[in-house]
Amino acid sequence: MDFEMTEELLEMKKVARDFAEKEIAPIVEKDEAEHKFRPEIVRKMGELGFFGGVIPEQYGGTGVGMLATVVMNEEIARVSASYGLPFNMQTIGPGLVLLAWGTEEHKKNYIPKLVTGEFMGCFAITEPNSGSDVASMKSLAVDKGDYWLLNGAKTWISNAQVADIGIVYAYTDPSQKHKGMSAFAVELKNTKGVTTRAIETKLGLHCAPTGEVIFEDAKIPKSALLGKPGDGFKICMSMLDNTRLSCACRAVGVAQGAPDAAVKYANEREQFGKKIGEYEMIQSQLAEMFVETQAARMLVYRAAYLKDKGIKNTLEVSTAKYFAAETAVKATNEAVKIFGSYGFSSEYPVERRLRDAKSFQIVEGTSNIQKMIISSFVLGQRK
Amino acid sequence: MIQLTEEQRLIKDTVREFALKEVEPIARKIDKLSEFPYETIKKMGELNLLGIPWPQKYGGAEAGELSYIIAVEELARVCGSTSITLAAHTSLGSFPIYAFGTEEQKKKYLTPLASGKYLGGMGLTEPEAGSDAGATRTTAVKTNGGYIINGSKIFITNASVGKSFIVLAKTDMKAKGSYGLSTFIVESSFKGFKSGKKEDKLGLRGSDTCELIFEDCFVPEENILGKEGDGFKSLMKTLDGGRISIGALALGIAQGALDKVIPYVRERQQFGKPIGSFQAIQMMVADMATEIEASRHLIYHAAHLMEEGKPFSKESAMAKLFASETAMRVTKNAIQALGGYGYMNEYQVERYYRDAKLTEIGEGTSEVQRIVIARGIIGKL
Repeated sequence: MDFEMTEELLEMKKVARDFAEKEIAPIVEKDEAEHKFRPEIVRKMGELGFFGGVIPEQYGGTGVGMLATVVMNEEIARVSASYGLPFNMQTIGPGLVLLAWGTEEHKKNYIPKLVTGEFMGCFAITEPNSGSDVASMKSLAVDKGDYWLLNGAKTWISNAQVADIGIVYAYTDPSQKHKGMSAFAVELKNTKGVTTRAIETKLGLHCAPTGEVIFEDAKIPKSALLGKPGDGFKICMSMLDNTRLSCACRAVGVAQGAPDAAVKYANEREQFGKKIGEYEMIQSQLAEMFVETQAARMLVYRAAYLKDKGIKNTLEVSTAKYFAAETAVKATNEAVKIFGSYGFSSEYPVERRLRDAKSFQIVEGTSNIQKMIISSFVLGQRK
Repeated sequence: MIQLTEEQRLIKDTVREFALKEVEPIARKIDKLSEFPYETIKKMGELNLLGIPWPQKYGGAEAGELSYIIAVEELARVCGSTSITLAAHTSLGSFPIYAFGTEEQKKKYLTPLASGKYLGGMGLTEPEAGSDAGATRTTAVKTNGGYIINGSKIFITNASVGKSFIVLAKTDMKAKGSYGLSTFIVESSFKGFKSGKKEDKLGLRGSDTCELIFEDCFVPEENILGKEGDGFKSLMKTLDGGRISIGALALGIAQGALDKVIPYVRERQQFGKPIGSFQAIQMMVADMATEIEASRHLIYHAAHLMEEGKPFSKESAMAKLFASETAMRVTKNAIQALGGYGYMNEYQVERYYRDAKLTEIGEGTSEVQRIVIARGIIGKL
């Protein structure tokens, strides 16, 4: 076992860190307050190669792998959870799905653009009545000979209103239950019958666009199908193994932001004649934050390492995501306590992190779903 | 906060005094030697503590459920083993006769139980029927003038020291699950009845826990409690009350552990000052006291509802769940506060820690409590 980060990894971590501090930190507080999304930041990250880590060179990537990618992703999330999200929306989600299940044409047309940020990506699973129970989705694509006729409504879709290309899941044969689900690569902006609506009312992640995608008799080309009809559920689950991992590393980044801020504050703030960091209670809170964040990071790195080795990592990803999400909420909650009223004030950076952290307990499968997955392995129902 | 009545306060003081004088001095010894405290229980009978809630005409003190619960709590504060003996005797061995028995059954059995002539218990758990009481395999087959019981019950409190037992058995072999079960009053002197080997336990080592074995044990028909098939329903009602008593056991254990922590942190000096002046200890003690107080309110409230004849199933499950998990946290941290001394038998908090664990299991595990609570809140789906 080797816990040492290579020179190369440390260098990439530093590049991401510097970018976050230089390009995102100065604007993030104001933008979050105004719910402002800057596509140019995504493109800059793309140009720096942040999204190319999981993509081979022939499609514009760098091929440095998942571990390197989560290391970078964590550093961006440490400053802004909203801007940690594009890693998922560009390549870890759509990019990897296209790479594994797309035709050569899909790969050539879409992947390089997702890597550079020229195209924005998204994926659409969730529906108003289909959350944790993915197979209960109602969206339906009917084979009309020359095209698929797609109807349905997707909600809580990250990047909905800005995405050029979306991985859309819909039933092609509802009688087959989850084996009748299929996946499509849909050019959302160029397809008649596709409308999007922004959702502005979120607790956190205010710089990250979220919306609904509605399909009303949308004609999807036959070539948009990924894999075979009926592969959709399988594709979706394999995609979630990847996007869940990105979610976990962002949770670690947000969690790390808590001790970062709280340590600084505890060393400055004085009460009862001494620095609050000299009180055992605060020391205990900081120690717990540090320990749990570090443990979450190790779980994430290991799941990423397995991915790079080509070893199935569903259990490890769920373990990492569950623990990191819970840690992020706990650590940021403690940070708010340490900051007192300042922590409750949006002038200080900790309340935003608490709001952002809550998302990790929900997206890419709730903490309850992670526990279901984990226990199904533990009980030997899955291997 | 529920205001204790004069009577309840008097019982609390009496039991506290008794506990300090008669129980605490032997608590460590009976734990160490796994020795049942016959003498102490006899004295409790003389003080009329073995029938606190039952009417005076049946030999009880007629002092209500809450007074009884306070007695369980005060005993547990010094000795969990003595406390659970009282709890099993009253809530499991006596309550069903009071609640479901005929006048004759009350005269014949409740009176000696309540007046401390002998101890009682209940036989519910079986090797294959723990949380799932519906899986009971002990059978009671109708015969001339009574029933023939066959089967065995395990982990039964007061099994070898009690004289009468409430026993759950299947009377309708065709019925599935929780149907077709009935309860009987079985005397230890009945032919075909015997208690098995004494269990070696983690905690509550001074209490009596053994197997009950029924081999063609004949029980006269006047000893059935209620009607055939009523067993599961009356069992559930019994457990609702039993849970409050296990909650009180947990509460007393937690309070007893805190009682030991306070003088220690005031006296023990480290880094030139009493450890109670360190925040880490202060926070621990504050959490302990808060959770204990919350447990006490939940338990007294549930006991109060039961006394008033109002529904209390969900409330007793909540009280037991919260108090037993509190007892585990408090006793764990009590050892922590006492450090190396806490780990030593001599300082007794390790006994409280071992005793506390039972409260998360007996009368329904914490998991079962959560099921009961969730059902109470969500309703039937």
